[in-house]
Amino acid sequence: MRRHSKKEEVSTHIISALVLNNPGVLQRIAGLFTRRGYNISSITVGTTETPSIARMTIVVKGNDKILEQVVKQLNKLIEVIKVSDLDVDKCIKRELCLIKIHTPDESSKSQIIQYTNVFRGKIVDLSPESLTVEITGNSDKINAFIELVRSFGIKEMARTGLTALMRGPKVLKSKKS
Amino acid sequence: MRGAEAFIKALEYEGVKVIFGYPGGALLPFYDALYDSDLIHILTRHEQGAAHAADGYARVSGKVGVCVGTSGPGATNLVTGVATAYADSSPLVAITGQVPTRLIGNDAFQEIDALGIFMPIVKHNFQIRRSKDIPGTVRAAFEIAKTGRPGPVHIDLPKDVQEEEFNIESNPIPAKIDLPGYKPTVKGHPKQIKMAVNAIIAAERPVIIAGGGVNIANGTEELVKLAELCAIPVCTTLMGKGSFPEEHPLALGMVGMHGTKPANYAVSECDLLIAIGCRFSDRITGDIRSFAPYAKVIHIDIDPAEIGKNVDVDIPIVGDAKLVMRDIISSLLKSCRTGEKVLNNQGREEWLKYLESLKRSSIPKMDYDHTPIKPQRIVKELMDVIQELKLKDKFIITTDVGQNQMWMAHYFKVHLPRTFISSGGLGTMGFGLPAAIGAKIARPEAKVVCVTGDGGFMMNIQELGTIADYGIPVVICIFDNRTLGMVYQWQNLFYRGRQCSVTFGESPDFVKVAKGYGIKAQRVTDPSDIKEVLKEALLSDEPYLIDFVIDPSEGLPMVPPGEKLKNIIEPVKAYPKEKIPSFQEIKKKLLGDSRERSVSKDIPQDFTSPVEREMY
Repeated sequence: MRRHSKKEEVSTHIISALVLNNPGVLQRIAGLFTRRGYNISSITVGTTETPSIARMTIVVKGNDKILEQVVKQLNKLIEVIKVSDLDVDKCIKRELCLIKIHTPDESSKSQIIQYTNVFRGKIVDLSPESLTVEITGNSDKINAFIELVRSFGIKEMARTGLTALMRGPKVLKSKKS
Repeated sequence: MRGAEAFIKALEYEGVKVIFGYPGGALLPFYDALYDSDLIHILTRHEQGAAHAADGYARVSGKVGVCVGTSGPGATNLVTGVATAYADSSPLVAITGQVPTRLIGNDAFQEIDALGIFMPIVKHNFQIRRSKDIPGTVRAAFEIAKTGRPGPVHIDLPKDVQEEEFNIESNPIPAKIDLPGYKPTVKGHPKQIKMAVNAIIAAERPVIIAGGGVNIANGTEELVKLAELCAIPVCTTLMGKGSFPEEHPLALGMVGMHGTKPANYAVSECDLLIAIGCRFSDRITGDIRSFAPYAKVIHIDIDPAEIGKNVDVDIPIVGDAKLVMRDIISSLLKSCRTGEKVLNNQGREEWLKYLESLKRSSIPKMDYDHTPIKPQRIVKELMDVIQELKLKDKFIITTDVGQNQMWMAHYFKVHLPRTFISSGGLGTMGFGLPAAIGAKIARPEAKVVCVTGDGGFMMNIQELGTIADYGIPVVICIFDNRTLGMVYQWQNLFYRGRQCSVTFGESPDFVKVAKGYGIKAQRVTDPSDIKEVLKEALLSDEPYLIDFVIDPSEGLPMVPPGEKLKNIIEPVKAYPKEKIPSFQEIKKKLLGDSRERSVSKDIPQDFTSPVEREMY
C-alpha cells in the first residue's frame, strides 16, 4: 500500500509574497484563500523598495499538504511574482499594536508608563483619562503586554498583524531579475 | 482612431477570425468598430450560448475562443460559460462591456462588478481604464489564455475607454509582453524523466491515465508511441477521450465513476500509474484512499498545483505533456535500444493478457431491439454510420451533461483528439448545443453531431435560432426520455427510489419546435429506423434535429461516489412514477396553506402584539 507521507499536524506558517501592486490584487489573494478554504490568521500588505511591487505577509494555519497547496495556488496567480513559506525560526517577525488604556489617575498612569518601558514600548498619546501605547514585537510579546494591562481597562486597540523578513543576506527575488 | 477600433485591431493581431457575442449599450462603440472590420461575429441568442460556442471553438481548434457580452446582465450571463471553460482548461478571452469609468461604483444602469464576479473563475482578468493600455492588455490576455495550462481570461472594457481617442503610432501593439509573475514550466526536469523511465522499465503492471492535458498539448502521437513502445495499456478520463484511439488494442476506455471494467480494474491493480495531464478528480478516483493502492505514481502535468493535490505522487514531472512524453520516449530508446527489454518483462505479458481477457468478457450489449429505444443502440448505430459513410476523420461529437454524456463516454469509441467535446469539470447542462455551433465554425468541413438529453437541450434551446439564422449544419440527436436521467438514477439507487422533481411532461414537441425555427426534424421511435435517419441527417448539408424517444428506465453502470473503483454496480431498472402536479393543485395547496396558517394551532389565540407573534 502506498503511504501518505505528508505530515498531518497543523502548524502556523508565515508566507511572504511579492505581488504586483495592481488594484484588485488583495481581493484576488483573499478570494483564493476563501475559495479553497484556507485559514488566514492575518494578512499585511505594503509597498517595497520597488514601487510597482508590494509585499504581502500572510499568516496561515494548516498541515504540510495544505501549505504546499497554498504556495502553489498563490504561485499560479499571474500577479504574484514570488512566494515563500518562511522558516518560522529563521526570520524576523514583527507586529505593531496601538492600545488606548483607561488611566483616570496618576498612579495608573505611572504604572502603565513603567510597564511600557519594560516592554520597550512608547507612549504616543496622553489625555486626562487615557493613555495610548505603541508596542512592537512578535505576537507573544504583544499578547503578554495586553494581558498585563487588561485589568486597567482597554478602551480601544489596533493590531497590524504580522510582517516578516528572512534573516541573513538571502532575499525574496522576483523571477525576472 | 478610437479605443474600440484599437481593440478590434488587437484582436486581429492575435489571429482572431470569429467572435461569438451579444451586443448592448456598453458595447455600442465596440460593435460600431466591428462594422468596419473583417471579423466574423456570430450573434447568439443568449450570452451563455456565446461563451459555450467560443469554448467549443477553442476545444476543437486549439485556438483562443472569443466571446463578448455587454455590462451587467450580459456579463453575468457569460459567467456559466466562462466557468465551464475554466474547469476544463479551455483557452477563452471573454470581453464584457462596462459603464463609463466615471460611473463605475455609482450603481449605474447595467453596472456590475464584473472584475469581482469573474475573478474566481478565470485564469486572470483585467479592466482597461485607459485606451493606451488596450494593445498590451489584449496581448497579455491571449498569451495567458493559451500558454501553460490554458484557461479563460476576462477583459472588462468601459464604454468611455472604447470611445477614447487612441494613437496607434505612440501605442503600437507590443510583440512581446512582460509578465514577471507568469513563467509556465513546459520542459520536464531531466532527473525526474530519468526516474520515470526507470520506473517504466521496472514495472510489471503499468497503466496510463491520459487526461485532457494530452488533448490540449496535442500529444496523441507521443502517447501512442509511448504506449506501443512499452506495451502499456491506456485508459482516459472524460476530458482525455480522443487523446488515444479507442479502437487500439491497448485502449481500455474511460476510467472512473462511469468507467469501463477493464479501465477501473487496471487502475486498481497496477503497480505503476502514469497519469498524464489529468487532475485526479473525485469522478476518476472514487475513494481516494483505496485508489491505485499498489501503484507507484508518476504524475505529469503542466500545473504544479495539480501535483500532489488529490493523490500522493512518487515521481512528479511538471511540464507540457507532449514535450515530457517526447523526452521520456527518447530516454527510453537510449536505455533499451529497441524497447525489447521493456517487452521481455514476463509480468507485463501476463498483465496484458489479463486485461485482454477482462476486455473480452465485458463487451457491452448494444444491439437492443427494444421499443422504446435503448440509448446503447443509438450509440452503436452512430458508430456504424460513421464507419459506413467513412466519416472517421471528419467527425466531431459534442455532448451535453448527464446520462447522454455518459452513454457516449462509456460506449462511443473516439478515434481522434479534439473530436469529443464535453463539459467535464463543471458539468454544465446546456453546453452541447452551443458548443456544437463553435465546433462547426472551427472545422466547417467536419460533420458535427450534438448528442444531448431533453433537459440539457432545453437549457439552451434558444440557440436553435442561431443555428437556423446562419444555417449552421449541425446534427442534433436528442436522447429524449423526459427525465433528468442522472438525478433520477441516483434517486433510484441511493434515495430509495423517491423520485423528486426529475420528470418532464410531454411538451414541447421537439420536432415542431425545430420546424418552428425552420430546421429539418424527425422523431424516431423504432430502433430499425435509427440508421436511415442518422444517415439522412449526416448527408444533408442543413441543420437537422432527431428526437430519439428512449427508454426512461435505462441507466448506466456506475461506481457509487466515494467507493472503490472496482465496485461497479448496475442501475436499477425503474420507470418514472413521479406525478407532475397541475397548477390547480398547486393553487389549492397555496391557498389552503395560508388559510391554515392564520388559524395555526401552534400560536396561542389570545396574544395581541405583532412582535410577540413573530416570536412563534
